[in-house]
Amino acid sequence: MSGQTLYDKLWHSHLVEERDNDCGLIYIDRQLIHEVTSPQAFEGLRIAGRQPWRVDANFAVPDHNVPTELHERSGGVAGIIDPISRLQVQTLDDNCRDFDILEFQVNDVRQGIVHVVGPEQGVTLPGMTIVCGDSHTSTHGALGALAQGIGTSEVEHVMATQCLLQQRMKNMLVRVDGTLQAGVTAKDVVLAIIGEIGTAGGTHHAIEFGGEVVRALSMEGRMTICNMAIEAGARVGLIGVDDITIEYVKGRPYAPTDEQWDRAVAAWRELHSDDDAHFDRVVELRGEDIVPQVTWGTSPEMVLPVSGIIPDPATMDHAGEREATERALQYMGLTPGMAITDIQIDTVFIGSCTNSRIEDLRAAATVIEGKHVAPTVKRALVVPGSGQIKQQAEEEGLDKIFIAAGMEWREPGCSMCLAMNSDKLGVGEHCASTSNRNFEGRQGFGGRTHLVSPAMAAAAAVAGHFVDVRNW
Amino acid sequence: MKSFTVLQGIVAPMDRANVDTDLIIPKQFLKSIKRSGFGPYLFDEVRYLDQGEPGQDCTNRPINVDFALNQARYKNAAVLLARENFGCGSSREHAPWALEDFGFHCIIAPSFADIFFNNCFKNGILPIELDANVVDGLFAEMYANEGYSMTVDLATQTIKTSLGETINFEVDEFRKHCLFNGLDDIALTLKSADAIRAYEQGWREKSPWLFDVIK
Repeated sequence: MSGQTLYDKLWHSHLVEERDNDCGLIYIDRQLIHEVTSPQAFEGLRIAGRQPWRVDANFAVPDHNVPTELHERSGGVAGIIDPISRLQVQTLDDNCRDFDILEFQVNDVRQGIVHVVGPEQGVTLPGMTIVCGDSHTSTHGALGALAQGIGTSEVEHVMATQCLLQQRMKNMLVRVDGTLQAGVTAKDVVLAIIGEIGTAGGTHHAIEFGGEVVRALSMEGRMTICNMAIEAGARVGLIGVDDITIEYVKGRPYAPTDEQWDRAVAAWRELHSDDDAHFDRVVELRGEDIVPQVTWGTSPEMVLPVSGIIPDPATMDHAGEREATERALQYMGLTPGMAITDIQIDTVFIGSCTNSRIEDLRAAATVIEGKHVAPTVKRALVVPGSGQIKQQAEEEGLDKIFIAAGMEWREPGCSMCLAMNSDKLGVGEHCASTSNRNFEGRQGFGGRTHLVSPAMAAAAAVAGHFVDVRNW
Repeated sequence: MKSFTVLQGIVAPMDRANVDTDLIIPKQFLKSIKRSGFGPYLFDEVRYLDQGEPGQDCTNRPINVDFALNQARYKNAAVLLARENFGCGSSREHAPWALEDFGFHCIIAPSFADIFFNNCFKNGILPIELDANVVDGLFAEMYANEGYSMTVDLATQTIKTSLGETINFEVDEFRKHCLFNGLDDIALTLKSADAIRAYEQGWREKSPWLFDVIK
């Protein structure tokens, strides 16, 4: 019998009841809650007269709607100008109070994007099963946790039963061996992977990321990679636990201490795929082959090296691909044969659960220090992932570098990644964005998103168009 | 939970691959704290020519006449015919809420994104996966025949088209059982409460640090 994958280990250790067709009832250790996908779940509990199964397994933080401009933010919930957003954030506060759930409220210094805050606080731990009504919950898999996004009905189901009924996933291994070139980051790695396997390549699979390149990444880089597993169709991204994971978790506010810590570490050391584990699919990339990536279309799989040229639909045999490319080029206002480096940028967004951690901000600051945003760039936002990151960045003087370069230094939140607050692209604007989705309208009605790394976004801000940050 | 037994209705197209849930229901409508009322904003960015806002009355908005759902022949459609990887991206259950509120109770596609597929069953919507060739054939028949409709029967797992063709489809037995009977899946899981408690006790002994109260 072959060994187990990390996914299999996590599945088996949380299996409450096995069901037919490879389905099972699995126990959920942690539910993360934000304001957008939870109100209907709380309402469902109330209507049915149910109580949460285990209140202390839940943790909440508002992030999607919160304003990021200080003048609006400083008024707390009451200061949110949009009444619909205000009601939604207020409803989260009310629900957490009524059900006695721990919440970091909007102006708590620990507030931030839920997928940044969880690991930062030790609310996310290795070996956990974690759910959240948000598809980027895959982020937490970087710590060796089985973490996935669910819909609101399942949010309610987990609140009421502490369990999730689901089909066991297939196992995929994406191995990136070798080393990365200077200027190539975790974001470029995951975009290259998505370009390789496609936006549905990981459907029905848990993707484990491994190989020398992944092992050499910091936890923050690993989170960037797992964050975008869903952009390849996989609900779950995973990376096995090693010394880097354990060092990261140590000393976090909600991490275990003393003898509990020692016991936990002993258990976490087992959280990796066995050498002889079977994967249903294996994809291999070489680190040396990966160059800085830029998306040109309206799906994350529409991605090219920065040295690339916009594809020509006329050369495509498959009708579906041709039509999708034509539609994407029309929406993006791009023409076949154009160089990626000729795309002019109107807006720059550095932030989101993909790339708003301290290392991301440092990478962007290194590129932009002593330079200035190009006059043709209308707006450049830097939105830290949490209040603590903001504080740390300010202690390091990064805020001053951004401000001196003509960028806006904002309060933490999801911001322009999905533009639920007032941070939006205008019609036709091209944005160099460190976020995760380039869907039509994602960052604002008619907005045109190009996904890149923080260093690439900062370089584009200075140049006014995409440039290869390796030559910076 | 809403049940699904037999559905008879007009078939309408969403003829593009990788339709994401942002396209199905844009983010500004996710600010609602309700489960209902999303139908008028379904596919908002391609259905209308202007930018929609939550709570807006859509009756006088400029419509995109090229968009299928705005065309008379697809009025009152109940079955949505779609392409590969339908429902990818965000986990927002507002997507099936919007589809259901609009009147779609069945979606046929060659493949679906996982989270969306799962969310459909929680909302009385039957997502059916068929071979890409079969879906191609359905698209062709639908375009060629105004008023093209079908009867979808969950019990027998068959689709009967208005041209008389019968197509069988697969559905997971447990999902079928829940959807057919409109079962409350929380109540169903709570039947296993003793097993959950027993698991929890064992897990707590093995991994006590996971049960530290976070306050």
